[in-house]
Amino acid sequence: MKAFWENFVGLLRGDASSDRVVPPSGFTFNLTAFSAGIMAFLAVFAMAFSLASGRLADRWGNELARSSTIRISAPADQMAAQTKAVMDVLATTSGIAFARELTAEEQQSLLEPFFGPDVPVGDLPIPQLIDVIEDDTGFDATGLRQRLAAEAPAAVLDDHTRWRRPLVRAASRLRSLGMLSFVLIGAALAAMVTLAATAALSANFQVIKVLRLVGARDVFIAGAFVRRFSLRAVMGAFAGTFVGMGVLALMPSTQGAGEFLTNLGFVGAEWLWPLLIPVLSGAVGYVATRMAALRMLRRLH
Amino acid sequence: MIELENVAYSYGGGELLSNVSLKLAAGSFHFLTGPSGAGKTTFMKLCYGELVATAGNVRVFGKDTREMDRDHVADMRQNIGVVHQDCQFLDHLSVTENVTLPLLVSEKGSTYNPQDLVSLINWVGLGKRANASPAELSGGERQRAALARAVVTSPEIVLADEPTGNIDWEMSQRLLSLLIELNKSGKTILVATHDLNLIRAAKSQVQARVLRIANRRLQLAGAEL
Repeated sequence: MKAFWENFVGLLRGDASSDRVVPPSGFTFNLTAFSAGIMAFLAVFAMAFSLASGRLADRWGNELARSSTIRISAPADQMAAQTKAVMDVLATTSGIAFARELTAEEQQSLLEPFFGPDVPVGDLPIPQLIDVIEDDTGFDATGLRQRLAAEAPAAVLDDHTRWRRPLVRAASRLRSLGMLSFVLIGAALAAMVTLAATAALSANFQVIKVLRLVGARDVFIAGAFVRRFSLRAVMGAFAGTFVGMGVLALMPSTQGAGEFLTNLGFVGAEWLWPLLIPVLSGAVGYVATRMAALRMLRRLH
Repeated sequence: MIELENVAYSYGGGELLSNVSLKLAAGSFHFLTGPSGAGKTTFMKLCYGELVATAGNVRVFGKDTREMDRDHVADMRQNIGVVHQDCQFLDHLSVTENVTLPLLVSEKGSTYNPQDLVSLINWVGLGKRANASPAELSGGERQRAALARAVVTSPEIVLADEPTGNIDWEMSQRLLSLLIELNKSGKTILVATHDLNLIRAAKSQVQARVLRIANRRLQLAGAEL
C-alpha cells in the first residue's frame, strides 16, 4: 500500500526525462483520451440521474409523508356540518400542524387535467377535500380514523401510504440504478484503458526490453507508461466532464409540472461532485495501466 | 566477477550448453569464439541474467542469478555494460539520449557530470553525431554508440556480443582499441566473436584468454577446461 501511494505521488510529480523513454503519442494514447472523455461525459449524466432520483425519493418521502387528505362524501345538505365536524376534530388532534378545506377553485383545478377547464364542478356531487399537514411529532392515524368515524361518518382519512411507499421505493431504485451505471461506466473505462495500454505496451515491447536490458527496474518502466496513460485519461475525462456539465447547465428550466420528471441536473454544491470524475478516471487509468505493464514485464527476465 | 559452475542451458527440449564452468577474474580480457549457433549469445545472456541456467550456478558479483529477484537483476545490469549484437537502441531518442539511458534508469544520473558525457561521446568518435537518430548511424557508429552506452555508468564488467559482426575491418580495429583501453583502465572484458583476425590483432596488444564453445562445451585455446 505504501509503495502504491509513493508511486501515485510520483505520478503526480512526473518526470519529464524518464517519460521520454516512451515513444511519442500513438493512436492508443489518443484512444485512451477519447474513451475517457466519452466515459466521463456519460458518468456526468449517470451521476446527475442518481442525484436527481435521490432528490425525488427524498421529496416524496419527506413531503408526502407529512401530508394527508380527508375526503368527505356526504349529501349536499349535510356537507357543511360534516366539514365543520371534521375541522373541529382536527383542531383538537395533537400532531397536526395545519388543516384547511380546499376551495371550489382548487378542487376544480385538481379535476381539470381529467375533465378540462369548463366543467361546472359546482354542479357535480364531488366530495369535499381537507388538506392536513402534520407537525414533527405526527398524529395517530388509527385514533383519528376512529374519532372521524364517530363524529363525521362521511369522512375518510387518506394518509397516502398506499401509493407513497411504492413511489419512494421506485425513486430509491432509480437512485441505485444511477449509481450502478456510474460504477459500470468506471469499469468500462478501466477495460478500455487496459486494452489501449496493453496494445501500446505490445507495440512498445522492444522499448521495454531495451530498458530492462540497461538495468531499469519494473517500477521505472511501468511508471513511464502509467504516467502517460493516466495523464491522457485525466485530460480526456476533464474534457468529457466539462462538456457534460455544460450540457446539463444549458438544459431548459422546467419549473412547474415538467419539473417532476425532467429536473435532471445538479443543485448547489452538487455541481462539485462531477469534478471527482477526472480524478477517478486518472486513478482507474493508473491502476489499469500499472497492472497491464507489470503483467507484460513478467514476460521478460 | 562472473563465475559459472557446471552450467547447462536447455531450450525447446535441446541442450544448448552443457557442464560449463568458468571464472572471469577482475581486470581480465577474454574472447569467446565458436561457430555460429554454438551458444555464444546464450552464454553472454546467462552472464547478465537475461537467461537463467537450467542446471548449475551462475554467480555475478558473488550472487547466484537464480536467487536474484527482478530488482536485483536490474541492479546487477547497472553494473555490467553490454554491447548487444543488434545494439538495441530506442529509435525515437538521439544518440546521446540512448547513451545516457543506463544513467536515466539508475540513480547515477543525477550525479553524472555532463562534461564526462561529452568526453565519452568524443571518445567513441561520435561527437558530430551526438544528436543524430540511431537509424541515421552506420553499422560501425551504432556499435560505438552501443559501447558508449555500455560504459557510461563505469561498470566493472563489459560484455560485447559480436561487436564487429557487421562492420568493416578498420572500424573493427577501432572498436577493439576502445575495448583494450577499457581493459587497461581495469575493466573486465568478455568479447564474443567469430572473427579470428580480430583475436589475432588483439593478442599483440593485450593479454587475452581465448575461450571456444564447441559441442555445447566450453574450451580454452582448444583444450577442454
